[in-house]
Amino acid sequence: MKYKRVREILTGLIPIAAFLLALLMGTMMIAILGINPWVAYQALYNGAFGSINAIADTIVKATTLLFVGLGICIAFRAGVLNIGGEGQLVVGALSATIICLTFPDLAGWILIIIALLVGLLSGAIWGGIAGFLKAYFNVNEILSTIMLNYIAVYGMNYLLRGPIMDPLQVKLGSFIPQTARLPQAVDLPRLIPTRLNLGIIIAIFFAILVYIFLWRTTIGFRIRMIGQNIPASRASGINVPKYMVLAFFLSGALVGLGGAIEVLGVHHRMFTDGSASGFTGSAGFNGIVAALFGQLHPLGTIPASLLLGALLTGANKMQRVVQIPSALIGALNGLIVLFVVGSEYLRRSQARRVELITEVGYNSKHKSKKEDE
Amino acid sequence: MIKNSSKIINLIKVETVEMRGIVKQFPGVLANDHINFDVHVGEVHTLLGENGAGKSTLMKILYGIYHQDEGEIYVNGKLVNIRSPLDAIRLGIGMVHQHFMLVPTLTVAENVALGLPSSRKFLLDLDMVTERIKELVKINGLYVDPEAKVWQLSVGEQQRVEILKVLYRGASLLILDEPTAVLTPQEVEELFHVLRSMIKRGYTIIFISHKLREVLSLSNRITILRDGKVVKTLPAVEATQEKLARLMVGREVLLQVEHPAVKLGKVALALEGIWVQGDEGLHALRGIDLEVHSGEILGIAGVSGNGQSELAEVIAGLRKPTQGKVFIKGINVTNWSPSQLLDYGLSYIPEERMRDGVVQEFNIEENLILKDHIHPPYAKGIFMNFHKIGQESERLIKNFDIRTPSRYTSLKSLSGGNIQKLILARELSRKPSVLVAAQPTRGLDISATEYVHRQLIEQRIKLKTATLLISDDLDEILSLADRIAVIYEGEIMGVVKRNEVSVEELGMMMGGVHKDNIP
Repeated sequence: MKYKRVREILTGLIPIAAFLLALLMGTMMIAILGINPWVAYQALYNGAFGSINAIADTIVKATTLLFVGLGICIAFRAGVLNIGGEGQLVVGALSATIICLTFPDLAGWILIIIALLVGLLSGAIWGGIAGFLKAYFNVNEILSTIMLNYIAVYGMNYLLRGPIMDPLQVKLGSFIPQTARLPQAVDLPRLIPTRLNLGIIIAIFFAILVYIFLWRTTIGFRIRMIGQNIPASRASGINVPKYMVLAFFLSGALVGLGGAIEVLGVHHRMFTDGSASGFTGSAGFNGIVAALFGQLHPLGTIPASLLLGALLTGANKMQRVVQIPSALIGALNGLIVLFVVGSEYLRRSQARRVELITEVGYNSKHKSKKEDE
Repeated sequence: MIKNSSKIINLIKVETVEMRGIVKQFPGVLANDHINFDVHVGEVHTLLGENGAGKSTLMKILYGIYHQDEGEIYVNGKLVNIRSPLDAIRLGIGMVHQHFMLVPTLTVAENVALGLPSSRKFLLDLDMVTERIKELVKINGLYVDPEAKVWQLSVGEQQRVEILKVLYRGASLLILDEPTAVLTPQEVEELFHVLRSMIKRGYTIIFISHKLREVLSLSNRITILRDGKVVKTLPAVEATQEKLARLMVGREVLLQVEHPAVKLGKVALALEGIWVQGDEGLHALRGIDLEVHSGEILGIAGVSGNGQSELAEVIAGLRKPTQGKVFIKGINVTNWSPSQLLDYGLSYIPEERMRDGVVQEFNIEENLILKDHIHPPYAKGIFMNFHKIGQESERLIKNFDIRTPSRYTSLKSLSGGNIQKLILARELSRKPSVLVAAQPTRGLDISATEYVHRQLIEQRIKLKTATLLISDDLDEILSLADRIAVIYEGEIMGVVKRNEVSVEELGMMMGGVHKDNIP
């Protein structure tokens, strides 16, 4: 029994060990570039937690990661892979922006709520398309979500360079592809005089909601069931395609809402550098890491998002302070993803071993009891 | 000793094998506890025991898949160290596994030659292999065409290929792991005939089985294992089925369930001219007509793969018929969804219980409500009522004797027997009017089988459930069913009352002879 407990604890520590190992690898890479890793990591720490502003930036970064992570939790729990976070973020943000620009007279709480709902809904539809194709036409969802990412990004580029470009840019002739600033009345309230806004509160609220949804409702039960065993779900009378679409729909909804909140809370306008990451900062992919880091548990994803947010914010600072090429930051980021995702595999096989040991132990104990009788 | 064979292959003669004081410890369980086991040339020595008694572990040690922690193995009186199956084969020991290890798209000869060095270095020597197989076939009566592709062969023939593989490698001691599980009674007799003639020619056989009748008919000696220990080794002539069952389980076992007559009710389940496509696109069911009355168990006998799985799936709503109708309680339910059928009183014990019956990552409580979680008392609106779910789970765990530390235990850590008890608990507690039980005791040990049988009979008496029992195990059908329908290549060969039919007649029908054509 003691043996099992120790193993369980060790198993839980695997992702953290993986994280540290990735940092160690990063240390070597930094050292090879001739930079003192200690100084570099100090810059990273200061960048993430060094000041109120740094902490606020970390949390702002984590907000979007959390929304994406929650969406990923639902999709992965249903056994489908939503790699379309980038596209869903863009679509959610874009539609919220358009609503705010179209109805400036409504500005205020009503418009905020409408914009967030529209962002949520459009993200849901974007995810739902992939779910529908997967469930009814057996189109691989990894492929379809990635393709949908492209459609979203190029759609955004087109809109920002044309129909919804800031009229001021047109007038000045600078043609920077961005929209006009949204009415100040739709800015999400700031919590403290930094960039920190109401978004994180909404995100945490949704994390709790997703937890309740997945583990306390019959719909969540069914979503988790199709994620684990489709034949048994069918035999239990579950309309598997329907719930697959639903899972993708809800997954996209959370990500889309994240996109809308990013616009209303942080940027207050939509802009593009031609790629998706220009606006999203790759949150659509990093959110997957946050979710996996959080053991695909909505509440676990909260600290995981914060950690990852800190890392990303700190890495920017590190880049500026110690003049590390930005490619290295990308590589470090990738290393962490690789290690953490890889360790998830290890953790699962370890967990299986722990259960096997308990099983065998229980059976033998039970048998000896039977003999005593 | 072994005539003929030695001319074509380098036969490695095994006169005696002795395993002394074998101990094998797995984390938390002593799988083999100082086991002594021996076998002599020219005998069939059976290893008998419940699942988990340690018989497979012991044989895997002999075949080199595991290595013992303590104890010695002597072959022909010499101490040996068997580190891998290759070592075992070099000593003349071969094993025929329960699950065939054949490549379906290759020919028999190619399957036999797989993994062996060619006599022509880098070129194939299939013509020589084929010749040798033909010789082996002739000598041993293991009729099979070496040039046929494996997928074209019947299960019985595939098993002969497995035996040929072992013989070809020169083994003279054969370990056969539950070889009869997939055969018709006639095929079992054929296999036993072959094995007996091989024994006469100097081969030695270790037979693993839990079918007592077969064990008694084939063996010279029987060793019974329980909880990793040898309970007894005795000559087969001194054994009876009851005695063996008692030694295996450690208490009295009722081999025949009480089977009181019940007055039949109305027709609860009816199939009319059902045609169904199988996974390969061919028709797996070809015009099935069946009626099951409430309070009746209708057994579907047949060699596996003759449409039984499709039959179960069509009734459960998991497979749509291309023609024909299904009626439950007089209502046409042909194209109903599984959930409609569930709500209408259909319960289903699936053949592939780990795939269709449970969610391995869920705990016991969750698995108990897989089907009814959206109905009160388990649900309140869209929310699950965990208080009620817990109460109900505790009740089922107790009533159905599911052995588990708690209801939160992961399903994966239950034994096969307990998983089937859980499925029974879920399906029977729904008080079904129609129950489809597909291979309900496959892979279960005697105690669990006895339990499942008792439950099915009880259900029939108490709730007047109409039960369709599909099983490959003819003994099971004979002891449970009121009437028996025999299925062959998707057609019903005949429906007979249990007490008006002989095993031979059933065997003929299972082989494709229509009831009316039996002399």
